[in-house]
Amino acid sequence: MTKIKFATVWLAGCSGCHMSFLDMDEWLIELAKYVEVVYSPVGCDLKEYPEGVDVCLVEGGVANKDNLELIRLVRKRTKTLISFGDCAVTANVPAMRNMLGGSAPVLRRGYLELADETPQLPYAPGIVPELLDRVLPVHEVVPVDIYMPGCPPDAHRIQATIEPLLKGERPKMEGRDMIKFG
Amino acid sequence: MSVRTLTIDGQPVAAIEGATILEAAKEGGIHIPTLCFLEGVSAVAACRMCLVEVEGINKLLPACVTKVSEEMVVHTNTPKLQEYRRMVIELLFSEGNHVCSICVANGNCELQDLAIEVGMDHTRFPYRFPDRGIDVSHPQFGIDHNRCILCTRCVRVCDEIEGAHVWDVAQRGAAAYIVSGLNQPWGEVEACTSCGKCVDACPTGAIFRKGTTTSEKARDRAKLEFLVNAREKHEWTR
Repeated sequence: MTKIKFATVWLAGCSGCHMSFLDMDEWLIELAKYVEVVYSPVGCDLKEYPEGVDVCLVEGGVANKDNLELIRLVRKRTKTLISFGDCAVTANVPAMRNMLGGSAPVLRRGYLELADETPQLPYAPGIVPELLDRVLPVHEVVPVDIYMPGCPPDAHRIQATIEPLLKGERPKMEGRDMIKFG
Repeated sequence: MSVRTLTIDGQPVAAIEGATILEAAKEGGIHIPTLCFLEGVSAVAACRMCLVEVEGINKLLPACVTKVSEEMVVHTNTPKLQEYRRMVIELLFSEGNHVCSICVANGNCELQDLAIEVGMDHTRFPYRFPDRGIDVSHPQFGIDHNRCILCTRCVRVCDEIEGAHVWDVAQRGAAAYIVSGLNQPWGEVEACTSCGKCVDACPTGAIFRKGTTTSEKARDRAKLEFLVNAREKHEWTR
């Protein structure tokens, strides 16, 4: 049996969705029978997002140039892209900075106005990725195939989303158990 | 009082003359989703969730304010209505700043419940991220305009049940917001009796009791019902 090429990526989120993924406990062993983890902050050491990925869970909104570059690559190289959790689906808490209106006021607020000592703006091209003006939900940047809301989606919801995909079926994203935000 | 007979979703329903489609449907056990509607205060048809199709009329009508008529044929759950209701909820989410995960009403929010009911797994409209304020000048309560959907339940409950008329709506369109007094900080409005009925009426986490944190908001909706029944039906016990 050819294994499903499975990936997870972590953009602007708290990693809670990935923690919730690990919370699937022994079902992860079951999952490992069907999938080969080809890229993931919690399941693989590869640094380059590979070609020909079948399913990818995307945690987090798109907040900086690094996120933007990665999500475009992920979309290009992935068959089924799943917006994984509220930050991916709505931009959620990271997007609360959008209310300040742009990256400059956000940096000013964080690094100058609230600084205790040596206030200075971070500037290290090629090392520290530049902030985008707004944090965006994934589907405002690239097309998304399945939306899995939740902050975080609990292990049961993650399993119920992935399990049908292993059989080539689409999960039914409806009802409180599957699509409640928060 | 004469009776009107009509058909709702293929089911014959009898209603008293002057009743609304929403009341007739409820009587017939047919569920029509509502959001701004609140039992006991006047209906304003602000949210458009209860829109229904009436045969022979080529526009959608809000069930909460449309009166029944003889031989009316009503459809409450067509694919067109399902799509419009989902769009209404998506628009509400993208209009304000609704961050469920950190909201006092998470798990106890009518907007969140409706999102589930209409099958909203994401919003197709770009988020506006408006710059809205929070007023915590009142000693007991706060209002977070980010979470407000302008249903005006607070306005109506304060005016019609408490009789204080602390709340109103200022500005128009996307700039509209709820004001207390003459656009004063809530804590400075002498008319406010601190009764908390607006907290109980608010469908989201916009109006809350101070000290409540994420997912902790509770509402005593039965209190509003009791007051209305006491006044209208003279039922004095709870």
